[in-house]
Amino acid sequence: MLNNEYGKDDTFFFIYQQDICKDKQCFGMNFSEVFKQSNQLCKISPDGKYLATCVQYRLVVRDVNTLQILQLFTCLDQVAHMEWSSDSLFILCAMYKRGLVQVWSLEQPEWHCKIDEGSIGLVSSRWSPDGRHILNTTEFHLRVTVWSLCNKSVSYIKYPKACQKGMDFSADGRYMALVERRDCKDFISIFVCDDWHLLRHFETETQDLSGVEWSPNGCVLAAWDSCLEYKMLLYSLDGRLLSTYSAYEWSLGIKSVAWSPSSQFLAIGSYDEKVRILNHITWKKLIEFEHPATITSSKAVVYKEVEKKPVIGTEDLSVHQIAMGSSLFNTKSNYEITSLPVQVPVVKPDTDRANPKIGISAIAFSADNRYLATKNDNMPQSLWVWDMQRLGLQAVLEQTAPVRCFVWDPCRPRLALCTGNNKIYMWSPAGCISVKVQVEGSFQVQSIMWHGSGDSLVLLGKDQLCLCYLATDEEK
Amino acid sequence: MPPSRQYSHSTMPLLPVSPYSGPSDFCTENNISECMLYISQLSSLGLPSIFYDLNGIRELDVTSALNGMYDLLQLQRRTMGMVEELEVEQLKVSSDLHCQQLSSSKLKDQLELSKKENIRLRERERQLEINVKSLQSCLKNEKEEVQKLQNIIASRATQYNHDMKRKEREFNKLKERLNQLLADRKDKKQMDVLNYVGRSDGRRSQWKTVKTDAHESEMYKTLLNEFDKHQKELMLENAELRKVLQQMKREMVGILSPKKHSQKEEKCTEFTDQQAASDEEESSEMSCEHAREKLTNSIRQQWRKLKHHVENLDNKSMVQLGREVGEEMISKDVHQDEMERLKMEIQQCKDFIQTQQQLLQQQLNTPCDEETAAVLNDCYMLEEKERLKEEWKTFEEQRKNFEMERRSFTEAAIRLGHERKMFEEDRATWLKHQFLNMTFTEHMAIKTQNALSDSVQEQKH
Repeated sequence: MLNNEYGKDDTFFFIYQQDICKDKQCFGMNFSEVFKQSNQLCKISPDGKYLATCVQYRLVVRDVNTLQILQLFTCLDQVAHMEWSSDSLFILCAMYKRGLVQVWSLEQPEWHCKIDEGSIGLVSSRWSPDGRHILNTTEFHLRVTVWSLCNKSVSYIKYPKACQKGMDFSADGRYMALVERRDCKDFISIFVCDDWHLLRHFETETQDLSGVEWSPNGCVLAAWDSCLEYKMLLYSLDGRLLSTYSAYEWSLGIKSVAWSPSSQFLAIGSYDEKVRILNHITWKKLIEFEHPATITSSKAVVYKEVEKKPVIGTEDLSVHQIAMGSSLFNTKSNYEITSLPVQVPVVKPDTDRANPKIGISAIAFSADNRYLATKNDNMPQSLWVWDMQRLGLQAVLEQTAPVRCFVWDPCRPRLALCTGNNKIYMWSPAGCISVKVQVEGSFQVQSIMWHGSGDSLVLLGKDQLCLCYLATDEEK
Repeated sequence: MPPSRQYSHSTMPLLPVSPYSGPSDFCTENNISECMLYISQLSSLGLPSIFYDLNGIRELDVTSALNGMYDLLQLQRRTMGMVEELEVEQLKVSSDLHCQQLSSSKLKDQLELSKKENIRLRERERQLEINVKSLQSCLKNEKEEVQKLQNIIASRATQYNHDMKRKEREFNKLKERLNQLLADRKDKKQMDVLNYVGRSDGRRSQWKTVKTDAHESEMYKTLLNEFDKHQKELMLENAELRKVLQQMKREMVGILSPKKHSQKEEKCTEFTDQQAASDEEESSEMSCEHAREKLTNSIRQQWRKLKHHVENLDNKSMVQLGREVGEEMISKDVHQDEMERLKMEIQQCKDFIQTQQQLLQQQLNTPCDEETAAVLNDCYMLEEKERLKEEWKTFEEQRKNFEMERRSFTEAAIRLGHERKMFEEDRATWLKHQFLNMTFTEHMAIKTQNALSDSVQEQKH
């Protein structure tokens, strides 16, 4: 399967779940060789065939299965942001320091395109959903320039707001919502991506609008205020205000927002360590998920990662053993199910600083709408998984280090997470496993990306990446 | 009798209870007439005079004196009785008095104690009141402080907002200025592209005409589609729920009606009404307010009845719980355990079956083709066959041997039988001879006879 030119052989092994976890599950994990990357810039193409990575000045395009290098492009400066176009034909490389954007074509490697913003500076650059326009945000958010690759037209959008999430495209790529601020008031503009025509423009009743997000069905726009005020506004596609939701006053408010894939639920994570779920029919709170320090809910399963450092007796320290290298010092870890009630380790945040490390900072729904994963910042080593059907806590994963990244499988209810060590962890309703990344040398997993088919994972280290291929049940 | 003596005697107290201490020396032979005058006091007691007049001299009438004495005795007896009674009463009274004194002293003590307790409680109440007052004042202070802090926060918030707005305006001005400066500067061609690419959807790029209507209609179409989809989903859900409710109602009616015989008639009429209504609903499938309300109301009623019924059953079962045998009613936990166990068993059996199937599959799959399989089978069999054949041979030989031996044994047995018979006959004849020739002479005769018989026998043989 892995037949790359560097001639490395695969390491192939089966991982069996430990008996202490719920069910036995057997699947193979195949780790590829380690490649270099810089800046955590590594993206899989939308059609799932190619993998693009940036190594300093260079853009490397590989085939996802064979990992052979298909194309190699050289940019003018170190790449700060890299993005595939939606049809997987073009790749955008933005170099913010130089104010340059270079676009490369996979079909025609000799084709080139360079956009120079000049002295106006460049703060962010992204594709439009049709893959033929590039939106550049200038420094100080002076304006957003829309460059077209099809014709000579250039559009300008004034007064964009510099906030957490000031721009969002709807899932079908037809509409763009942009947050603007004029005369100390917040506005939302809805553009038609076809020809950048302004469809709607309306003021919002917010103190400091912090972000907007379209629902997956593209009909509702969620807009929320900054954390100084808890306020969530829901607008219809035609600009009507559908509903306002505010859970409480004065304390720090919304920290994270996520729509469920079916657009049925809107999950709002706030600084009071709770996630509130709004339903799409009445836009009222359906349920509140709390993250208490002591878990007593009887239906939840608490998985605790337990590390086992190998015990080395003095007689084992032969030359041969030492030459084996790091295997002696590799800690094995597995999950143990702890019985309730369980105390979750809490890290008290420093209240004197701004943006305290408390509250729900990350929420993610599984692809089948069934599960919700949340992370509470003052319980950084724990990950909470909620069952949306039962509206209750399903599982809690307690790791030995703070959870850095967790991502749901785009096809199945399977969650992959990493804590910055050399292991990746996966949770599914059947149980939990911990897998050491079997590559040469040390590899500290900093972030994870799923392939669109759910068959493989891209693991990103500090300046390395490797792929992990998961054998599906049919292949066994 | 000297009058002084008389006087002393007259002042002598009457001693009713004193025992008789000897004859009194009241009357002597000399002072009889004075004594008679003294005794005539009796008349003051209401008794008839003891004298009778005889010729102007008062003479003692013995009978009346005796009567008088008898009356006096009676009087005395009565008074004794009265005295006794009085004595008893006095005792009673004195003991009562004693009791009362004791109780009064006790009550006095109790009163003292309760007064002390009262004082103590009052003291405590006072202290608590002071405590409460101090706490209330603390609370008031805290509230005031909170209010003050909130006011401070509010005022600071407004101040910050104001400052923020001011800074923002300044920032906007800067941005505008910067924009102007940058726009004024003639930047060279900013986008350098080899050739323009076609649109992703393949269409030719069009002029940017004002197509607001098209966009609007597009947008509204999307929204309407979404609403339609949503409404369809809701209607489906609604229909399902209504079906479920209907079914529930029917089932509840079914459960309740056989049990309550007394109210059956009323129910029947109720049901028929509701059935009619529900039939209407079912037929029309329109969600008009009226029909909906009717359905929900009827469901509620049925549910209430069912609840009452279940509660009654619960009460009855609680009463009977002690009496009934435990086997019939298993607790929920036991039931659940059983279920778990059975489920596990089923799972184990399934696994087992699966492994068996796999093994069987393996078995069937491993031989490559039929011929070789047959040959293989044969070659295994061949060894077996050879072995068996040999065994058969040895077995047959042994059998033959046994047959022969048996035959010879039977022959020998027959011969033996014959010989025995012969021997028995001889013996018998010999004995007969012996018996016949029993005396000494006989013995001699026997001898001779024996000799003779022997010789005869010898001759015979």
